[in-house]
Parts: sequence; structure tokens; C-alpha cells
Amino acid sequence: MNSNGAEIVLKTLVNLNVEVIFGYPGGAVLPLYDAIFKQNRIRHILVRHEQAAVHMAEGYARSTGKVGVVLVTSGPGATNTVTGLTDAFMDSIPVLCITGQVPTHLIGTDAFQEADTVGITSSCTKHNYLVKDITELEETLLEAFYVSKSGRPGPVVVDLPKDVQNDHANYNSLKIKRPASYRPLKRPNIGKIKELTEVILNSKKPIIYSGGGVINSGIKASLALRKLVDFLNVPVTTTIMGLGSIQASNPNFLGMLGMHGTYEANMAMYDCDLMICIGARFDDRVTGKIDSFSPKSKKIHIDIDPSSINKNVKVDFPLIGDAGVIMSLLLMDLKSSKIKINKEHLRRWWRRIEQWRKKDSLSFVDSSNTIKPQRVLKELNSAIKDKDAYITTEVGQHQMWAAQFIEFDKPNHWMTSGGLGTMGYGFPAAIGVQVAHPKKTVICIAGEASFLMNIQELSTLKQLNIPVKVFILNNQYLGMVRQWQQIFHGARYAESYSASLPDFCKLASSFGIKGIQIKNPKDIKKSIQEMLEYDGPVVVDVCVEKLENVYPMIPAGGAHNEMKFSDEDSNIAGTKEGMALV
Amino acid sequence: MNDISTHTLSVIVDNKSGVLGRVVGMFTSRGYNIDSLTVAEVDEDRSLSRITLMVTVTSMVVDQIKAQLERIVPVRKVLDLNDIGDFVNRELILVKVKAKGERRVESLRVADIFRARVIDSSGQSFIFELTGSAEKLDAFINLMKPLGLVEVSRTGAVAILRGAKALYN
Repeated sequence: MNSNGAEIVLKTLVNLNVEVIFGYPGGAVLPLYDAIFKQNRIRHILVRHEQAAVHMAEGYARSTGKVGVVLVTSGPGATNTVTGLTDAFMDSIPVLCITGQVPTHLIGTDAFQEADTVGITSSCTKHNYLVKDITELEETLLEAFYVSKSGRPGPVVVDLPKDVQNDHANYNSLKIKRPASYRPLKRPNIGKIKELTEVILNSKKPIIYSGGGVINSGIKASLALRKLVDFLNVPVTTTIMGLGSIQASNPNFLGMLGMHGTYEANMAMYDCDLMICIGARFDDRVTGKIDSFSPKSKKIHIDIDPSSINKNVKVDFPLIGDAGVIMSLLLMDLKSSKIKINKEHLRRWWRRIEQWRKKDSLSFVDSSNTIKPQRVLKELNSAIKDKDAYITTEVGQHQMWAAQFIEFDKPNHWMTSGGLGTMGYGFPAAIGVQVAHPKKTVICIAGEASFLMNIQELSTLKQLNIPVKVFILNNQYLGMVRQWQQIFHGARYAESYSASLPDFCKLASSFGIKGIQIKNPKDIKKSIQEMLEYDGPVVVDVCVEKLENVYPMIPAGGAHNEMKFSDEDSNIAGTKEGMALV
Repeated sequence: MNDISTHTLSVIVDNKSGVLGRVVGMFTSRGYNIDSLTVAEVDEDRSLSRITLMVTVTSMVVDQIKAQLERIVPVRKVLDLNDIGDFVNRELILVKVKAKGERRVESLRVADIFRARVIDSSGQSFIFELTGSAEKLDAFINLMKPLGLVEVSRTGAVAILRGAKALYN
């Protein structure tokens, strides 16, 4: 059937079961928007800034396991997506981003709204394509979609010149053809599974360290992880990306690890004799000082991306493949093994861990005068306990507190910018989540400064009129910057005060959105209820204690066994080398 | 970190526009240095190009480089020839020597010893062509310097395994 390029794009997306596109029109995508106008299979969400379109697609993708799709115009439309694409690249989120381009005969002439999109995005995408010939369009889109979601997922850009959108060709309803050069390995080497079984069953102080790869591998992987943990009765910690892969309520869960992780998780990582890393990548926020990272352990590393192996930390037993597949095979092999894990050693290991747990490292000093951010998140956590809520965050102190105090029993319910640390991520991501789950409770836990970075999306939210709740922990500071200035730079708070803040309630109401302010600790419960019960979007401005710091903390350059617990802790500033770290 | 050595990598890629840029871009963005690089199409039917890269790094870094290269979608295969077996590698240079009288004669004699070919000559100059290992070419250049060497053009190395085994098919 003869169609123009724009229609072929839409038909191909329908063929791929795409339901929604987050986008913003412009000159170089007018044919595509015309094709969108003439169909009703795919819903288009009009954003107010292209960066937000990518974050919405990320939120959509992370909460559903599907590919998020973005459509923007050439030039500034495309360059505005770069932060979002980099964010998706760092956190391995499947996003297909279609960018308009000037017509092929104008490429390279510095034409109006021309940018070298393929060049600019090649280091922040898994792969990208420039389609110069309409006969390659359908196949390229299918391949791009496949590359985006398979193996270690990531963002893929398809750059589409305007003349290709207008050209005519047949739409062929092709099936996805995997590129010859791209073969991600899913099933592992079975011989190695046996080796792992032996290593695991002979360990005395094992710990599982699970990451975003388990979430990305799908719900089955999280279920397999739970079975594995229950069968072995081993402790398990997760990265910030891995929260929800194991139930927060699981007694074997030690909490998040790393810079602001729990004492028990970090000490167990330091002291273990076997570390089983599944779908995590030994990020510097997790490892702390590399030379002192888990010095006594043998390390198993299960990952779908061979380049993650031995990148930061040398491991003893690498195994490439899908986390869920490997855990299921491993569990079968463990169950059929004649050797059993030594229960006495394990009991001693657990006794040790219980000692660390007694430290209660997430404790904080509450106040009746000011609202402690930890307290308000604890209240929020109990209020949403039975709601199957989805949580997104911005980046900074509130993000760490959310990771510490909100409990996730399911995967795909926690969306945060882990790798890139993108302020401005959480609010649009929450809109993307709510688009995917219209009936669910979706809350963006934000800081006032992060929220301002994509605040224009209030307009998108009002247009959609979907019940996203923005929950701002407003401390009038770039809190995490201020915390580091206090610790490492003699409390010289250079440019970290959020000056000239708007009245967030009035601002929300100017968009036609309900605003609630919480000033008094007494009102926390009531106001959270009011927010949750309100059938529509709400912005909640929680005026929290201004100078509260996130603890526990491994100061930059410190090791897992060098945690600090309060401002009063000695030598918190750490080392000179640490000062150079981010 | 004392296991630093030079590795010769053969990278088989789809011959599409921009692939070389992706390969080189990986080195730039991850902070690795390339000692030498050559690239050309080697299989027209399947549109495959072969990139030969030399890097001087630790064994952990070369594994990381291989894995990062393999992540690039149009890269089909990455082989560290040092891992696989004996291989030969060759570079090619063109050397322009400007000289008169005794030095002109001497440059011809040196070229003869190295089995370099004269591919251009004028009243006051020769251009020599020579292939060989990097060491041999370095030696040739050093000998030619006092004899009036004025310009060198040099390829990076190309390399191939010894014996009947083929790297890609």
C-alpha cells in the first residue's frame, strides 16, 4: 500500500504496539504531525519542552517495561532531548526518539533549524540512525525499536529528514529483522552456572547486591530474586536503581547500599566473603573508595552487558546473560545440588548483621517545631502503603530520603535518575507514569529547585488533567549542594540558596491546579490525606527544616566501613583525594 | 599496573557511514589513546570494513576496550590478535629525500639495503616506498634523516593471523 514516509512511521509504530508518543511539533516534523492528526490509534501527549518529553517516555518505560516513544523537531527540538537521552542511556531505559531533520539536500548547509543530530547524540544513545532513503524507513524503525529494548536497553534516535517524511513508498508490515552485527546474549554458559552453585554453597558470608538490571529484566527476574533469597536465606541489598527488585518488607533485605545506604548494607558488603552482584555496575556511589571495596570477598557478577564486567571492580566469576534467566537456572541448580549451604556459618553471619542493624542508621531527631523531611516521608510512606503507588523523584537530598524511607514491594514502581542525576527528571517522569497508569496513585517527590527545572510541564499536566501529585520538600536550598558545602567547604554556601522562590500554591493555581501548603508538623497527616483523596493534580509545598542533612553518609573517597551518622561525627570531611570526587 | 603492553585489534564492522566515527568516539569519550589506526573495506559483497587498531594498555583495559567496541551496534567482531596467536603486521611509508651528489647516491644505497622502491625521482629528489614492521620503518627513517629526508607519509599497521585460519566469515 502506497503511503508517505510520515504515514509509514505511524503504521510501523502501530505495528510495534506503541500506544502513546510524547512530543512537540516543529517545521521539520509537520508531515509527521499531519499523519498523527489523521489517525486515532496512537495518542500524542503534547509536552512543553523536549527534555521533558524524554523524561515522560522514561517514566512510561520504567513503569511498564515497554519502550517510551518521543517525537521532536530538528535543531533545537533535537538538542533539547540530549539531557533526557543521556539520562536514559545511563539508567538503561528503552526510549525511541524520532527527530525531524532538514531535507536531505540541505543537510550540511547550516540550514534553518539544522543540527548534526546523529553526531550530537551518538555518545548519549545506544545507537542512532539517519534515514536518507524512504525504502529503508520501515526496516530502520523496526531495528531501532529492537535495539532499544533488547540486551541492555537504552535510548535510540532515528533522525528523519523532512523530504523522506513526504516521499512515497509501500508500507510492508515487516517483521523485526535483527541486525547481523547485534546479538545480545540472553542465555548464559550453563557450565558456569554449576561453578556459581558451588561457589555460593561453599560461602560463609554471602550477600546479594541487586541493581536496575533485575528490574529491566522484567517482573520474572524480581520473582526469581525473591525465590533465590528465600531459598538461600542470604542477605540482600540493592542499588538505588534496584529498589523494588526485592520487597522492602522482606526480612532479608538490608536496605539500599552506597553513599547514603544503610549501615548494615554497607558493613555487610565490606565484610562478606562472597558478593553476588546481579544487574548492577559497581558505580562509584555504590563502591566508595575502590581500593577498600569489599576487600575480603570473591565476587560473582551477573550482567547482560559484557562491558560492565571488570570495568570498575575486578570480579572472580563473571557471567553474561539475562538476570532473570540466570537466576532461574541458578535456582534450579542450587536446589538439585548435593552440597548444602552451611547453616551454622550463615547463622553467625546473620547474627553479625543483626548487630549492625541495631545501629538503626536511618534514625533522625524529630522536631515538633519544624517539619523534618524524614518524618514527612515516613508519614507519606504509611499513607500510601496499600495504594500500589508509583513514586518518582527529582535529584538531591529529597531523592536520598525517598530512597531511604519509601518502601517498595514491587519492581517498576520507583523511577529516579540514578546514573546521570538529572534535576528536572521527576516531574515529567511522573506524568509519563500516570499516562501509563491512569488509575494509580503517582507521586513525584521533589525538591523546590529541581521542580523549577521543568516546571513548565504544569501546563501539560493541566491539559491532561491527570492526578499526578507533586510533593515538594521545600528547604529553600539546593540541599545536597549545601550539605557538601557545609561538610567540605567550610559552610560557605555559594549560590546554593534558592532565592526568589515562587509561592508554589499560587503558581499551581495559576495553571488551574490545586495547591496545598504544609507548614506545621501537626498538619502533615491531614494534608497528605487531602492530597491523596483529591481527584486531580495537586502540588504540595512542604516547608521542611532548612538545614537538615542526609545521613548516614560515606564521605566522598571513604570506604564502606567509614560511614558517618550525623553532623557531629568526627572527621566527616574525609580525605583530600575525596574532595576531588563528585 | 605493570602489565602494560601493545595490543593489535582487528575490528570487523559494517561499512556504513559514521561507523569509524563511532569507533573513534568510543576511545575519546572513555579516555583511551589510539597508537595507530587503519581502515578500509575488505569484503565488498557483504559490505564489511576492517579496522586495525593498536593500543598500549593493561590487560584489564584492553578487555574493556574490546567490550566497549562490541557494544557499538554496527561492530561485528573485535579480535585481539595478541590473544589469538602469531600474526604479521605491516606498515607502509613514503619518504621524500632531497639531496645532491654523494648524499643522493648514499640514499639509493640505503634504500637498496632495505629493499625500498623508488617511485618518483627528479633532479634533486627521490620518493621511496617501503613496507615492513614499525621497527624497520623507524630504522629506515633514521638513516635517511642525515641524507636529506624532507617528508614522510606513513600508514598505521595492518595485521593478519599467520596460518590458514580466517578471522571472519
